[in-house]
Amino acid sequence: MPTANITTNVRRVNGASVIDIVGEVNAAADEALSAAFNEASQDGVKVIVMNFTGLEYMNSSGIGVLVTLLIRAQRNKQKLRAYGLSDHYKQIFALTRLDEAIGIYDSEAEAVSEP
Amino acid sequence: MTDETTTQQATKRDDAWAKPVDKLTVSDAPIGAMNLNVDGRGLTGPLQGFGQLWQKTYRIRLEGAEVSPQDVVAYWKANLPSLMPDDSRFYPSLTGVKPGEVLLINATLPGMPGGMPVSTGVLVLYADDEAFSVMTPDGHPESGFNTFSAYDDGGVTVAQIQSLARANDPVYEFGFRFLGGGAQQERIWQHVLTGLAGNFGISNAKVDIKKVCVDNRLQWGRASNVRHNAVIRTTLNAPVRAVRRLFGGGAPA
Repeated sequence: MPTANITTNVRRVNGASVIDIVGEVNAAADEALSAAFNEASQDGVKVIVMNFTGLEYMNSSGIGVLVTLLIRAQRNKQKLRAYGLSDHYKQIFALTRLDEAIGIYDSEAEAVSEP
Repeated sequence: MTDETTTQQATKRDDAWAKPVDKLTVSDAPIGAMNLNVDGRGLTGPLQGFGQLWQKTYRIRLEGAEVSPQDVVAYWKANLPSLMPDDSRFYPSLTGVKPGEVLLINATLPGMPGGMPVSTGVLVLYADDEAFSVMTPDGHPESGFNTFSAYDDGGVTVAQIQSLARANDPVYEFGFRFLGGGAQQERIWQHVLTGLAGNFGISNAKVDIKKVCVDNRLQWGRASNVRHNAVIRTTLNAPVRAVRRLFGGGAPA
């Protein structure tokens, strides 16, 4: 497996959980993102927001990791959202049709305030 | 590392992705390939299909082979058609396995004597030196991604195929579960990996298979995907192809 090059931080904003993602999202990021998702889901949180402002790179395996997080969120009746994506990765989310299930926002304020 | 080098690396990485497309386009079908059910189709990912979502990982260790992951993936891209079994033929465009290219697929699925022919294809979604991924169109048996990659594991190069997909419609789901479609899929990827290993002088390696059901729900809201079903459409098109052949209509459509 490729070496993980990612750090995550989970914080609470307006009742939502925000996962700050810094580094690369690929197959090796699975463990870190899964752990962050678990932490973000504590206390019955219903909105989880991924902050991609610090994203350096994402490959197709990384998209797969996000799909598995999304399925877990759907199972828990949680909403999964994202902000901070560059135009390039917004296009990748559209190409892979991930944007149909993960809400894409321009700012953290918008992502956490939407009902 | 200079800013210029960093920018060049970022550009190279961004170029590994296909450009956004609404519909697939097949400009020139390779000789011998039946081109149905791809041109003008939209893409479907793991979220858009009907059946249970499975992540299946197939791995083979190239123990003793002096070959890097990059060498393996380069060989894989260049020789993908010859690595496929006879009942699942891949036809890359002349450009080869590159982001945004379409690979046509002519296959035979189990379910009736002699098998059921299917003409479909996939988009090369992503390709770099260590991996390439394909994404399926509407009507394909599966809805999702397949990623072909290689990596170093403690000095041994490992070749891997990982699919994250669900059956595209209820007919395919039935076929995968009860008509041998799932077993055929596993046999195809084992064939590819053992063939790949054989090229590097590894003849006795075993393919390790790991299957995880990521989502066991059926997405009934996607049942209408059946209107694009490539097996049904390929079968219905057979008389048309036969008439064309009879009256010298040239290459199969």
